[in-house]
Amino acid sequence: MSGKLSTRERLSIPRQRIPEQPPEARASNFAEVNLGFTEQLALLEAQRCLQCKDPKCVRGCPVGVNIPRFLQLLTEGKVAEAAQSLLCDNALPAVTGRVCPQETQCEAECVRAAKGEPVAIGYLERYVADWARTHAERLPIEKAPPTGKRIAIVGSGPSGLTAAGELARRGHEVTIYEALHKPGGVLVYGIPEFRLPKKIVEQEVERLRRLGVRIECNVVIGRTWTLPELRARFDAVYIANGAGLPLFLNIPGENLKGVYSANEYLTRVNLMAAWQFPRNDTPVLHGQRVAVIGGGNVALDAVRTARRLGAQEAMIVYRRTKAEMPARAEEIHHAEDEGVRFHFLTAPVEILGNEKRWVTGLKCIRMEPGAPDETGRARPVPVPGSEFVLPCDIVVVAIGTRANPLLTSTCPELKLNRWGNIVVDENGMTSLPGVFAGGDIVRGAATVILAMGDGKRAAQAIDAWLRGELKPAEAQTPAPTG
Amino acid sequence: MHAVLARRQLNPDVTRLDVEAPRIAQIRQPGQFVIVRRAETSERIPLTIADADPVRGSIALVIQAVGKSTRELVALQPGEAILDIAGPLGRPTELIPSGHAVCVGGGVGTAVVHPIAQGLHARGVRVTSIIGGRSREWVIFEEELRRLGAVIVCTDDGSYGRKGFVTVALGDVLAGGGVDAVYAVGPVPMMRAVAALTRPLGVRTIVSLNPIMIDGTGMCGGCRVSVGGEMKFACVDGPEFDGHRVDYDELQDRLATYRQYELEALRCAETQCRLGPHLTNLPAAEGAHSAAKPAEPAVVP
Ligand SMILES: Cc1cc2nc3c(=O)[nH]c(=O)nc-3n(C[C@H](O)[C@H](O)[C@H](O)COP(=O)(O)OP(=O)(O)OC[C@H]3O[C@@H](n4cnc5c(N)ncnc54)[C@H](O)[C@@H]3O)c2cc1C
Ligand SMILES: Cc1cc2nc3c(=O)[nH]c(=O)nc-3n(C[C@H](O)[C@H](O)[C@H](O)COP(=O)(O)OP(=O)(O)OC[C@H]3O[C@@H](n4cnc5c(N)ncnc54)[C@H](O)[C@@H]3O)c2cc1C
Ligand code: SF4
Ligand code: SF4
Ligand code: FES
Repeated sequence: MSGKLSTRERLSIPRQRIPEQPPEARASNFAEVNLGFTEQLALLEAQRCLQCKDPKCVRGCPVGVNIPRFLQLLTEGKVAEAAQSLLCDNALPAVTGRVCPQETQCEAECVRAAKGEPVAIGYLERYVADWARTHAERLPIEKAPPTGKRIAIVGSGPSGLTAAGELARRGHEVTIYEALHKPGGVLVYGIPEFRLPKKIVEQEVERLRRLGVRIECNVVIGRTWTLPELRARFDAVYIANGAGLPLFLNIPGENLKGVYSANEYLTRVNLMAAWQFPRNDTPVLHGQRVAVIGGGNVALDAVRTARRLGAQEAMIVYRRTKAEMPARAEEIHHAEDEGVRFHFLTAPVEILGNEKRWVTGLKCIRMEPGAPDETGRARPVPVPGSEFVLPCDIVVVAIGTRANPLLTSTCPELKLNRWGNIVVDENGMTSLPGVFAGGDIVRGAATVILAMGDGKRAAQAIDAWLRGELKPAEAQTPAPTG
Repeated sequence: MHAVLARRQLNPDVTRLDVEAPRIAQIRQPGQFVIVRRAETSERIPLTIADADPVRGSIALVIQAVGKSTRELVALQPGEAILDIAGPLGRPTELIPSGHAVCVGGGVGTAVVHPIAQGLHARGVRVTSIIGGRSREWVIFEEELRRLGAVIVCTDDGSYGRKGFVTVALGDVLAGGGVDAVYAVGPVPMMRAVAALTRPLGVRTIVSLNPIMIDGTGMCGGCRVSVGGEMKFACVDGPEFDGHRVDYDELQDRLATYRQYELEALRCAETQCRLGPHLTNLPAAEGAHSAAKPAEPAVVP
């Protein structure tokens, strides 16, 4: 294999398909849907990259992964070097390779997308990252000598984990405090096994522990320790506690038995392994007809979970059209293959129940696209008199999350915006000197890679702060991205 | 890991475990609870911090064995350990600054009311406790509460103290006047009955709600309750609320969500069955029986 293919030769290679479990089989198991590229497929796909002088794909990636470099190393058969290069830009590539919305980021910008299909950057990132996970011994961890500085990180989601790794490598002593009993944040409690095997997150966490990062689970900051107490005990603090406050619809019937927030439904199934009840003690209701309200990744994770728990009919109820769904294209496609039904331009107005207060149906109303709203998308408007009932026994509400006030409410000096998100300056520093924040708690519900990017930037800023090279600036209100 | 330091059976159903949790023992306040996960496959369940010894670094959990998780917890012996304890969670009790408070405890709720009575007593509030049980052997925490003020014991069969429900005794105390607040913890029907007594008198009443919880951090919304028509998350907004404004029917109904599953879990534990994930054998949501029958496509106009 060589990097010496001509552009014409490269252009003649079609985009390789990633092997996946057949839909009939996977709709009833929790194993990962995508099986990953073989070495042969990976090399072929990597050769499709034209090694652009001005690689647009890199600009599409929120953390600027040097895509042509790791692909070039891969085609040269230098997979260890490719992995080193990738890991240098992105601390959790085995995760992002699986969950990034590539079609709107790196792959959207790839020049090959203009005439045909983009290079499968996500699948290749995943391939190289999986090699790295299984060959940890070939990737030495470099660590600076101890600085004696101590940093506390609140939350062990992608943002906290990235910051921890970055800071530990610089020789700082890092302690992560996590409210739940397992580290990983949304990666363990939200995103299901069939999309992101939990073993991957465990391996990443293990790698951090080997770097010397301490992780204390079952510690709720704002309760077990307050922020001012942490600030007093540590030289700096990074807050990455996510956006874990579920929104409900405020429609009648939301407290009937059989109504879940997506967070609860997914936490029961993922974190508490309720799909293995009664081997695991935590139960989850098994519905025959499950209606999931929403159109994002969270809604799709919930509806595909319902299918795997045995629902004959698993439905998405979304008030806009398919083209406007914020979910990753691949998940929509996978859900369709698995037999999920979609009700577009449909909004719920009431959850119906029987005399024993169990859910029996979802009363909906048809919508039609109206004038554009502040997001530029057509605002859905109800069609008068178009109400109808979708019979169902479980309703999962997946319409979004907000900043959880548990921590911020115990520290009034921390400046928040009107949605309750923490306000930071361009270095990620909050209104409290030495206290930084990033990820969903700053941006509102966003993406894994943006949360990681914040973690990395904050780590650099914290490092500078600890060396006295950074002064607190006036905290600015960032535009909300959620 | 949190070692069990001591274990004492308080009545046939209720056991007190003193477990190691130094940080929580130092800072816990009345009304707060912990979330406990006994072992890797266990549920996360909420338990009130009934007492604490900051010097020894231990907290007391008083547990009523009702289902699989609580039965497994009370079976723990000194030397064994609990895998995870998170806390202290929930808002501390709003203690009245002075005056006379009545603390009403029913069943295991008596242990939950104990730290509240402790807190009130510590700030000089006069405390009267009214505690109840089926019969003499079921009464718990009498001695501890006697240290904090007057105690009226009620038993259903009259085998000890007054005969009848705690609400009868409470009625008499209220009739005497001069009660500034009532704190009530126990089964939902008891808290409802207490609130019904105090509402017409306008006596401030605080109840501690026990909805099903998972994370205890406000992340899942599973613990939602209706208070004054508003949705509240008991783990972060509570667990204590204005007893006059709680929708008790809804709370009691939601507590029954997993009844079939709870029975299945117990049956499996008792028969030692090693069932794999036989999803098809599991009870479905009950609504399914009515909703699944019309398996025809959705009714679309
Ligand atoms: C179901 C679901 C699917 C998703 N799918 C995708 C996807 O496919 N692609 C994508 O890019 N993004 C996806 N997202 C969004 C993405 O997961 C989040 O943007 C990202 O996880 C945010 O990272 P974070 O580190 O800021 O916070 P989180 O991942 O939320 O982690 C925060 C952590 O902090 C802990 N914590 C909270 N409060 C405290 C406290 N007071 N004390 C101590 N610890 C605390 C929490 O328990 C949690 O572990 C999805 C989200 C969900 C819910
Ligand atoms: C804030 C709070 C404080 C509590 N303090 C105490 C205490 O000090 N002592 C005590 O004995 N009990 C206490 N409880 C109740 C205790 O958590 C439940 O009895 C226990 O979870 C039952 O678990 P199980 O598996 O043994 O029973 P199951 O068979 O699972 O259920 C029995 C009953 O417990 C309820 N329950 C089940 N799972 C949960 C859960 N995860 N959270 C809450 N309730 C649940 C069910 O509605 C059912 O009615 C408290 C509950 C709350 C919310
Ligand atoms: S991190 Fe995400 S956006 Fe960046 S290259 Fe990888 S898959 Fe693409
Ligand atoms: S834009 Fe596409 S072809 Fe060009 S370097 Fe990036 S991945 Fe390769
Ligand atoms: S237990 Fe999850 S929000 Fe209260």
